[in-house]
Amino acid sequence: MDSDDDFNSSQASGDDFLDDQDSDLGLEDDSDFDMDQDDVGFESQDKDMGPRKQAYEVDFKVFDPQQIQGSQDRQIDEVSSILGQPPEATAILLRHLRWNKERLIDRYMDNQEEILESAGLGETAANNPPKISKVAGFVCDICCEDDPSLDTFAMKCGHRFCVECYRQYLYTKIKEEGEAARIRCPGDGCNRIVDSKSLDLLVAEELRDRYHELLTRTYVDDKDNLRWCPAPNCVYAVECGVKNKDLMQIVPTVHCECSHDFCFGCSLNDHQPAPCALVKMWLKKCEDDSETANWISANTKECPKCNSTIEKNGGCNHMTCRKCRHEFCWMCMGVWSEHGTSWYNCNRFEEKSGSEARDAQAKSRMSLERYLHYYNRYANHEQSAKLDKDIYLKTEKKMQQLQNTTGMSWIEVQYLDTASQALQQCRQTLKWTYAFAYYLARNNLTEIFEDNQKDLEMAVENLSEMFEKPVDQLQGLKVDMMDKTSYCTKRRVILLNDTAENLKLGNWEFNVKFS
Amino acid sequence: MAALPKRIIKETERLSKEPVPGISAVPHDDNLRYFDVTIDGPAQSPYEGTLLPPFGGVFKLELFLPDDYPMTPPKVRFLTKIYHPNIDRLGRICLDVLKSNWSPALQIRTILLSIQALLGAPNPDDPLANDVAQQWKEDQNQAIATAKEWTEKFAKA
Repeated sequence: MDSDDDFNSSQASGDDFLDDQDSDLGLEDDSDFDMDQDDVGFESQDKDMGPRKQAYEVDFKVFDPQQIQGSQDRQIDEVSSILGQPPEATAILLRHLRWNKERLIDRYMDNQEEILESAGLGETAANNPPKISKVAGFVCDICCEDDPSLDTFAMKCGHRFCVECYRQYLYTKIKEEGEAARIRCPGDGCNRIVDSKSLDLLVAEELRDRYHELLTRTYVDDKDNLRWCPAPNCVYAVECGVKNKDLMQIVPTVHCECSHDFCFGCSLNDHQPAPCALVKMWLKKCEDDSETANWISANTKECPKCNSTIEKNGGCNHMTCRKCRHEFCWMCMGVWSEHGTSWYNCNRFEEKSGSEARDAQAKSRMSLERYLHYYNRYANHEQSAKLDKDIYLKTEKKMQQLQNTTGMSWIEVQYLDTASQALQQCRQTLKWTYAFAYYLARNNLTEIFEDNQKDLEMAVENLSEMFEKPVDQLQGLKVDMMDKTSYCTKRRVILLNDTAENLKLGNWEFNVKFS
Repeated sequence: MAALPKRIIKETERLSKEPVPGISAVPHDDNLRYFDVTIDGPAQSPYEGTLLPPFGGVFKLELFLPDDYPMTPPKVRFLTKIYHPNIDRLGRICLDVLKSNWSPALQIRTILLSIQALLGAPNPDDPLANDVAQQWKEDQNQAIATAKEWTEKFAKA
């Protein structure tokens, strides 16, 4: 149950946050950041006064498509009234400066002409609206039609084309290329951008919807504090004040309405406690087969004649290559015949280079074993996390059975659901603790971390074991299971708080440099 | 295949009636969207042959107009081997107007002129053939010599 409380609290704090976010000034991001530090400070005192937030949690808010559109429109209206430009032109200007309102107003006040020009609005965006007209003696440069009854269109740049070609052009841009905010005039070398009013005049309903959808998309893409939820078919966007430069100090896991947990910094699945840069490095390491190469270099040599890779798994130093029948000495790699017949140990082998080679081999083998240690545990938890779906389905079945066989009510079997979810969450965390630990330098902090890790892992394994029990025993285990669930969740919070706090203070020492 | 759009017919006509000096583009009889193209290497460039066109310094290309032309750019590729930082071993060309800067108001002739201009002004800072670009930056004289050599060797009638 504990987990639900935490979960609710993070949601609630997100909601508080909503009200002051509406004005949406860049400045506020920083104040949010201060705010959550305050939260940590007061945590012990104002337990009943406000929502509690753990050190590893961040403030965020989930937006649905209407809200995104709404906040976009609000900002356009506001800036439009300041600049005295029509909303269409304002929208283009805002998109041009990636929705940085202050910068737009500054630059507009500085040099109105220049900013209008660079945004593709040319001259002054005067008040006469775009219109379709027929022009005598016109030849369309795109289709070469010259029929005098041809409907034509041009924006203020004066590049006139027939409406049919214009439509076709916009269709290609929107449908095939997915462009929206920065569609340029079809004229060669013209940087004028097609505004939404011209677009509405020219294109069909269905395309207009797609266009506005894409425009909304660029709004979220352009704003640094907004990010789409990466879950398939999810339409929500999440707002969070954590900046890219903070990502070594904080791991901003957010929770979307669609129930997907992801990292705001890199959009990958929740990877607390490991920071994004570490995750990236770890995934790359696991992906490429540099470790295979390491193993090969630690365990094999090449035949000096045909270069076949050979692993020596016993026997004397007199090697005969299976492939080319070349005979050589494993120690010095020299031709065996030069060793004569009485050699067993190769004395052509120099003591110094010999010990160096041995050291290099041992070192390589050690680092490989270290990697495998962490990787196996990481992979194990990942595997278990993948089986989560099965466990969850099984749990549901068990809950059904319990209700049928023992006459327990629905609410009385919810502990299984809670336990299963806690288990999934803890495994996800545990998985990343191993990637984290792989890059940690050895010191006292690391020892504490490993103790926390061990505690959590033991708790998780205990709980996991209970799940395997037959249904008739589950009922008797209810109290025990609820205790264990709550213990797991607590251990997870403790581990995450410890890592998050030290991360924020920059206390962790890593054995690599993160770019 | 659908009827040929007026735009393509007009362009083809104009290409044969008022040809661009140093450039030719002739459509295949059985596919009017497929053109055999030749471009003469620009004077004072490493792509100018010692024998003048049509005997030397002539590069063959192929050009294809996709179905949605002119909304999408034509596809152009060098058939003659050429040593150039923006053209790779398969003859593919790195040129802005063939990609992001394509405008439907551009034409076959303007595109071919841009390609000819690219021969006169290689841009090793935006390379397609990395090895060539590197050579171009490290030892420009050597690179130009190689380009000349290749021109002599491959770009002849």
